[in-house]
Amino acid sequence: MSKDMIKLTNLHKYFGKLEVLKGIDLTIAEGEVLVIIGPSGCGKSTMLRCINYLEEPTDGTIEIDGMIVKGDEGINELRKEVGMVFQRFNLFPHMTVMENLTLAPINVRGISKAEAEETAKKYLTTVGMLEKANAYPEQLSGGQQQRVAIARALCMRPKVLLFDEPTSALDPEMVKEVLDVMVELAEEGMTMACVTHEMGFAREVADRVIFIHDGKILEQGTPEEIFDHPKEARTQDFLSKIL
Amino acid sequence: MFYAPFRFFTLIFRVFDKDKPMSINYDIIAESIPLLIAGAGITIQITATAVFFGFLIGCLVGIARLCNIKALRMLAAVYVDFIRGTPLLVQIFIAYFAMPAIIGHRVDPFVAAICACSINSGAYIAEIFRAGIQSIDKGQMEAGRSLGMSWSQTMRYVILPQAFKRVIPPLGNEFIAMLKDSSLVSVIGFEELTRRGQIIIARTYASLEIWTCVAFMYLIMVLIVSRFVAYMERRYKTE
Repeated sequence: MSKDMIKLTNLHKYFGKLEVLKGIDLTIAEGEVLVIIGPSGCGKSTMLRCINYLEEPTDGTIEIDGMIVKGDEGINELRKEVGMVFQRFNLFPHMTVMENLTLAPINVRGISKAEAEETAKKYLTTVGMLEKANAYPEQLSGGQQQRVAIARALCMRPKVLLFDEPTSALDPEMVKEVLDVMVELAEEGMTMACVTHEMGFAREVADRVIFIHDGKILEQGTPEEIFDHPKEARTQDFLSKIL
Repeated sequence: MFYAPFRFFTLIFRVFDKDKPMSINYDIIAESIPLLIAGAGITIQITATAVFFGFLIGCLVGIARLCNIKALRMLAAVYVDFIRGTPLLVQIFIAYFAMPAIIGHRVDPFVAAICACSINSGAYIAEIFRAGIQSIDKGQMEAGRSLGMSWSQTMRYVILPQAFKRVIPPLGNEFIAMLKDSSLVSVIGFEELTRRGQIIIARTYASLEIWTCVAFMYLIMVLIVSRFVAYMERRYKTE
């Protein structure tokens, strides 16, 4: 594969005295789709949130496309390149779908409203939500809201997309519509890191699966290696509970 | 119709003292009404000005209490503690009687009244804003920041518009409280509604008539404000 898009080196994170991440080294290549699995409280979400500094790592370095973050300015620069999709969507409820999508491009990228709306329409088409452009988030179903949230992240034209359990807050019948969008993005070559327990999705599109346990990467490999022939006892134990 | 409340009082006093029925002097009421209405106008003026400046101060201080600059946070906390920890009456005395000792010349009663009330109201409104901002889901700030917007951009476009809707009812309460508390500025001789009432009574001794009139005027003003707040609440309701 090509160049490194994300490079985490010796990442540590403490919440008070509790050590959540105990030295994570991870490289994600451009265009790679990485799925992160692990038991509740193992630090997988924290690791993902460290990548765009929603949690500030206690120690270690984060490199995005060759850029190492320094200071608040650096963090804003980094976040322009790293999109994030949340478990609870976090759409802005007082704005229409279109306003949700154009707010950051206009104010952060500094592009014109017309241009931002053009981009927004393009990505709304990608996620199949163009006809809801003028709706408010509360008028949409969970699955629709999450698709809009993905489009919102895409409108910043990020180099990387992070997904923090994007289907966990959805009713079962809406999971597929969100996963379909994610599959499409993966096929278009977007670099993605997903915390998810959707094994079907992982098998279909993941280039690599990592299993995090107790703040460390315990095992990694292709989906087949991890799901069909896990080496570690803890991985086997975890998979036996969720599959 | 307008005298109905007074007739009611007359009846009550008859029950207490059958031999000496209380007489209501309607002439004094009729004569005083225009003066009192003018006083009510000044009460509205001082309340509106105080709430306006209090709103500006409160907005800034409320945000300062949540920002990531420690010195600003502490300054805002000291301001809120000091103002909430001392009576408005004392603050009015300080603004009118103590300030001249510092600035070297007399303070206009209107300026002193506005300053004391605005600064007082600002502290309470700051707390209303702080609570309103904190009631917005943390995910909203995270979503804004993850899109590359700065803290202040996210505050301005995402958090404050949502918080504003939630603080309308407590802001209405504060407005009503200030409307009534403005009667305290009568102690520095500022001629708002309450002070006018006192002056008329000093001349006519018609305590019952005038204080009842004053009470009803406050009541009417408060009812108008509370209806207005209810309207705003309906209008900006989203969730």
